Amino acid sequence: MSANDAVVSARGISKTFGKAGVTALQDIELDVGQGEFISLIGPSGCGKSTLLRVIGDLVEPSSGDILVNGKTARRARLDRDYGMVFQAAVLYDWRTVAKNIALPLELMGFDRSMRAARVRELMHLVELEGFDKHYPWQLSGGMQQRVAIARALSFSPALLLMDEPFGALDEMTRERMNLELLRIWSEIGSTVIFVTHSISEAVFLSTRVVVMSARPGRITSIVPIDLPHPRTFETREDPRFFELVTEVREALHASGADAVEPDA
Amino acid sequence: MRSRIGSAAVRAATLLLVLAGLWALWEGYRKLWESTGWTRPFPVNATTLPHLHDIVGALFDPIREGEPLLARYMIDAALFTAKEAAVGFAIGATVGFLLGALIARFGVLQRGVMPYVVASQTIPILALAPIVVVGLGSVSIAGWTPKDWMRVSVIAAYLTFFPVTVNTVRGLRSADPAAVELMQSYAAREWSVFWKLRVPAAMPYLFSAFKVAATASVVGAVIGELPSSIQDGLGGWIINFNQYYALEPENLWAVNLVAAALGISFFLVVVLVEKLVVHRPPERLV
Repeated sequence: MSANDAVVSARGISKTFGKAGVTALQDIELDVGQGEFISLIGPSGCGKSTLLRVIGDLVEPSSGDILVNGKTARRARLDRDYGMVFQAAVLYDWRTVAKNIALPLELMGFDRSMRAARVRELMHLVELEGFDKHYPWQLSGGMQQRVAIARALSFSPALLLMDEPFGALDEMTRERMNLELLRIWSEIGSTVIFVTHSISEAVFLSTRVVVMSARPGRITSIVPIDLPHPRTFETREDPRFFELVTEVREALHASGADAVEPDA
Repeated sequence: MRSRIGSAAVRAATLLLVLAGLWALWEGYRKLWESTGWTRPFPVNATTLPHLHDIVGALFDPIREGEPLLARYMIDAALFTAKEAAVGFAIGATVGFLLGALIARFGVLQRGVMPYVVASQTIPILALAPIVVVGLGSVSIAGWTPKDWMRVSVIAAYLTFFPVTVNTVRGLRSADPAAVELMQSYAAREWSVFWKLRVPAAMPYLFSAFKVAATASVVGAVIGELPSSIQDGLGGWIINFNQYYALEPENLWAVNLVAAALGISFFLVVVLVEKLVVHRPPERLV
């Protein structure tokens, strides 16, 4: 893949924080192709969230170049090329579910009827029909995260940046959300970059898993995931799934992720 | 629905119980001090501590033979003071919010302006009121001179703006950093971040301030009436009844009762508006 048709192309990205010069990222090289589902995995403090924020132009790299859709990250952000989903749903308590989903559309100047039509489509996509008049705090954690995903998808961004979106959910809900996310991904065909610290989640979801190490944050290996699509509950019982989980785990260990370290 | 009626009944019963308790305390205190002859902290008699029924009764006596009941005059006076206080509240809340928004936005102002905002509240309002009332008396804008009661509103506004400023600063800064990041990811303009995120996030803080400010505006209006020799409001009646306290002490208590009721009404209006405007998980209502 050449850098030209890459959705994201990172060259020599480094990021140091503060006067003490803590190196969060060092010499990151990464190309993400159209329609890929990329997971960033690594121990806490490996800079995976920072890398996601650099791609989204929420954090400026100390050095290196980054192109998103062939543009600078800043330009891509101003062009609203990506949707962001955080670990917390970050819904606005004072807005109904429908109005939360419509928030980006409001900011982008869509008129009322277009917003309403789009919200209806998205409520259907994330299977929350009938909850449009509810307030966020009346929903379960999984439903809140579905609202956050619908909001990120509302303006059909080419790129979806997700920072441990299911990290706060219980295992059962999380696996269900994984399946739903894959269904949505296959329906909309956008590119996803997904931060997680769950090995099985990364393997289950991704087309490639990017393994990172801490101090300094570097990419140590990239594991292609050749599990067939569509993935189902049975995928997790496939012997190939276990092989890949093992491969990613060994890559993490080789990168020193099992060394004793304080929480970052 | 039934439980809502039930809880309203419980609340009404609680209110009656509290009122009965206060009545019992007041009258019990009188009885005990009168029967024992205790003189500390002060001797109890009809002048120092009138019977509650005399105080309420005073409202339903004509102030002089052949004239209307005191309550009639009290209603007019309360409405007059309410007008001053409401205008003062509106001015104070607006100025307070704008000042708070500027301070929240421009960090430099925090150190540059906030000390003066705090200092403004350390000046005794009684010392300031005559200056404002007399000083503004000579002001005229394009031939228009503010009416006397408007000057009183300025005093009320002076007491109102402070809590609003302080809570506006806190409230506007209370927005979740992740929510701010989210707005950045939409490339939202600062103006949109302000109106669609910061202001709604500040609402619980603002309404806490409005509750304090609502009662303060009534106090400000009453005090503002004193040096401006306005006779139409509760402040005028307080001065008047002060002079006749030895003769008719229950009249002064009665005005105080009316002033308190006015303050409580202002407070309740804010509570009501908050219920209509702010949609929050119930436990997060401040």
